[in-house]
Amino acid sequence: MVLFLSAVSFVAGHTFVVLVDEEDRRYFKQQEIILWRKAPGKLRKQRTNFHLTSDLNPQTHSLPCDFHSERMLWLFFFLVTAVRAELCQPDAENAFKVRLSIRTALGDKAYVWDTNEEYLFRAMVAFSMRKVPNRETTEISHVLLCNVTQRVSFWFVVTDPSKNHTLPADEVQSAIRMNRNRINNVFFLNDQTLEFLKIPSTLAPPTDPSVPIWIIIFGVIFCVVIVATTLLILSGIRQRRRQNKESSEVDDAEDKLENMGTIANSIPCDSLNMKGGHVNDGFMTEDERLTPL
Amino acid sequence: MEKTRAQWGNPLQFVFACISYAVGLGNVWRFPYLCQMYGGGSFLIPYFIMLIVEGMPLLYLELAVGQRMRQGSIGAWRTISPYLGGVGVASVVVSFFLATYYNIINAWGFWYLFNSFQDPLPWSVCPLNGNRTGYEEECEKASSTQYFWYRKTLNISPSIQDSGAVQWEPALCLILAWMMVYLCILRGTEKVGKVAYFTALLPYCVLIIYLVRGLTLHGATNGLMYMFTPKVEQLANPKAWIDAATQIFFSLGLGFGTLIAFASYNEPSNNCQKHTIIVSIVNSATSIFSSVVTFSIYGFKATFNYENCLNKVILLLTNSFDLEDGFLTASNLEQVKGYLASTYPSKYSEVLPLLQNCSLEAELDTAVQGTGLAFIVYTEAIKNMEVSQLWSVLYFFMLLMLGVGSMLGNTAAVLTPLTDSEVLSSHLPKEAISGLLCLVNCAVGLLFTMEAGSYWFDIFNDYAVTLSLLLIVLVETLAVCYVYGLRRFGAELEAMTSSTLSWYWKVMWACVSPLLMVGLFLFYLSDYILSGTLQYQAWDATQGRLVTKDYPTYALAVIGLLVASSTMCIPLVALGTYITQRLQKGASFPLA
Repeated sequence: MVLFLSAVSFVAGHTFVVLVDEEDRRYFKQQEIILWRKAPGKLRKQRTNFHLTSDLNPQTHSLPCDFHSERMLWLFFFLVTAVRAELCQPDAENAFKVRLSIRTALGDKAYVWDTNEEYLFRAMVAFSMRKVPNRETTEISHVLLCNVTQRVSFWFVVTDPSKNHTLPADEVQSAIRMNRNRINNVFFLNDQTLEFLKIPSTLAPPTDPSVPIWIIIFGVIFCVVIVATTLLILSGIRQRRRQNKESSEVDDAEDKLENMGTIANSIPCDSLNMKGGHVNDGFMTEDERLTPL
Repeated sequence: MEKTRAQWGNPLQFVFACISYAVGLGNVWRFPYLCQMYGGGSFLIPYFIMLIVEGMPLLYLELAVGQRMRQGSIGAWRTISPYLGGVGVASVVVSFFLATYYNIINAWGFWYLFNSFQDPLPWSVCPLNGNRTGYEEECEKASSTQYFWYRKTLNISPSIQDSGAVQWEPALCLILAWMMVYLCILRGTEKVGKVAYFTALLPYCVLIIYLVRGLTLHGATNGLMYMFTPKVEQLANPKAWIDAATQIFFSLGLGFGTLIAFASYNEPSNNCQKHTIIVSIVNSATSIFSSVVTFSIYGFKATFNYENCLNKVILLLTNSFDLEDGFLTASNLEQVKGYLASTYPSKYSEVLPLLQNCSLEAELDTAVQGTGLAFIVYTEAIKNMEVSQLWSVLYFFMLLMLGVGSMLGNTAAVLTPLTDSEVLSSHLPKEAISGLLCLVNCAVGLLFTMEAGSYWFDIFNDYAVTLSLLLIVLVETLAVCYVYGLRRFGAELEAMTSSTLSWYWKVMWACVSPLLMVGLFLFYLSDYILSGTLQYQAWDATQGRLVTKDYPTYALAVIGLLVASSTMCIPLVALGTYITQRLQKGASFPLA
């Protein structure tokens, strides 16, 4: 009997295999698998290897037919690993390199970059992709990371639900750009310390106030200067007019004095009216000098 | 009835007016440059020698002449000798040129002051280009402060031939600057004393604040050590002595007629010898004080740029070799570079051309003077300080005070002879004369607000006054000593101030200072003749830096005209007086 592989899926730590024989009978096998990888500190090589073990227990599950299920499954897993490894590689198609400078950004408060942070990163990327129309079903498991270095830098790709192809770079790029701010904030970083190489950051538009500020201040100072100048000029004119008036009054008085005739004791003689004089009774008239007998 | 001459409110106003005139932008942006060029601390030796030998005697001479003759420059020199009225006319012409182009600096100061009230400062960030994908190209190639100066402030054209249009922003600021000057001067020169309190004292307040701030900046000590480390071998360089003499000469503002104008409003018994010493020492002390401030700010800027450069190198290496973030620091950079070169030679050789060589000395060596220092280098340092708006406002306010103080002196030099002449003052009141003067100067000054205006400014700055002033002061000294008579002048001075004239002044006036003047004059003349075509620095927007170009012929003609128009006044007026006197003598003969 020959069995053909119909479908394989990985769901929550279980493999689900559907095999079909030439008479179209379907055989299902579900195996629990344990995924593990080496601790981050021991990562020296450029490649990470995902090691898979399958907990195969022929006693618990048995197929009606006798075939080398273990070997098939191993072959199959290697195939899938190989395909997965090919999807996420440096400079792969639709792959992006990410670079973080956590210590530069946070100094003493820097956190360690571990698998949990990676999980969070994958969640944020999946979140960004879910906001794209037609991609609402993106799961965290669709985001693959590889080549994590000490720098902290790594490559990532986003695969489609079938896990065979990666999503086109433009979609990923636009999704990341739309949510860049939120991604940055989750990690307490900014555009310079969390870099997506090949994804340019949108520069903030300049804040242009409707009236340039300098004109306002210029206007204020200009008005103050004009007011002060006018005040000074007016006061100068008034002062000069007063001076002119005083000097002209003095001139007038001098002119008047010159035009009158003789002056005695600074009283013009013309004003002395003989008629309106005052009779001095001290001086008696001739008639009254001799007293009558 | 004769009108008594107006006087200063009190002698202190006179001192402050002289200080505010002498302490100008040259103290802030020329002296630190010279100090750096000629070996820091050792430049102070020629500087002080020149101060004692040249600066103080000439300053005393001008103040004494003004106080004795009690007239503006034209009248004073005519009194000394009728043939020498031309010296006064030349002074007035030179002052007029200076007033025309000096106020544009105040206009630029206003522009920067008004723009300092923004967050962020407009010269700290480059503007975005048309489609918002990056910064403006010109700004990327140059720096954001250079871009703001050359593009936003001046909107400079590529050469002096492309005049362009009048830029309305600097034009508005120029009008405001002239209105300020008019406001201060419209009541007459003697009222300048009240304004002089502010323009003389406020810059010192700001300088002290800046000194405290500057010394506490990170990296300030680098700049100070660089400045004050004496390079004693520079003393043998004749250029150092010549530049020291020139700096003293122009810093005190001799020969413009301002000092004569100010002193003419003094009481005759005023002790101008004491005031001379005060003003000259204050002027030099301010120069040194401001160079301390300048160099601490230089040091800060140089250290900041050096550290930025290092950080860029570190980032480049970290990214290329995927090293751990934070592993590379400035201290282990060289070791790690060596290690990387040996471990990954091929990759290192790829990265090597991109690595810049960061050097603190190279950053400190960028000595700048003039408008470049004030508006490019200083603004670059200020934008990196905390609360940069405050420091920017303070700095440009100080520049404005210094500039306005000097402008008042210059305008007074032109105004006093005009108000002294009976012809004008009988027909027009004082306010109208000063108003007309400011209006004419403002209209001519609009030339400097055109796109090529900065190049014309450089022409005026370099050539309009230097040669003429040397000649004017030389003729002044010779006139007082030999035409009027040193003994006669000394006796009158002693009678006026009731204090004996020291032999030191007599020796200086008669021999040393004229010789120095002749030497300087000949040096500059030969320098101009030997250098052939005159060249200027033009801003190339495509490259983002300055390039050297030759002046076109009409610019050279203007230069020649500037120099000739002031220097020719002396012989022309002498000739004119001689001719008029001969005609009068000829006319009086038939009567006799």
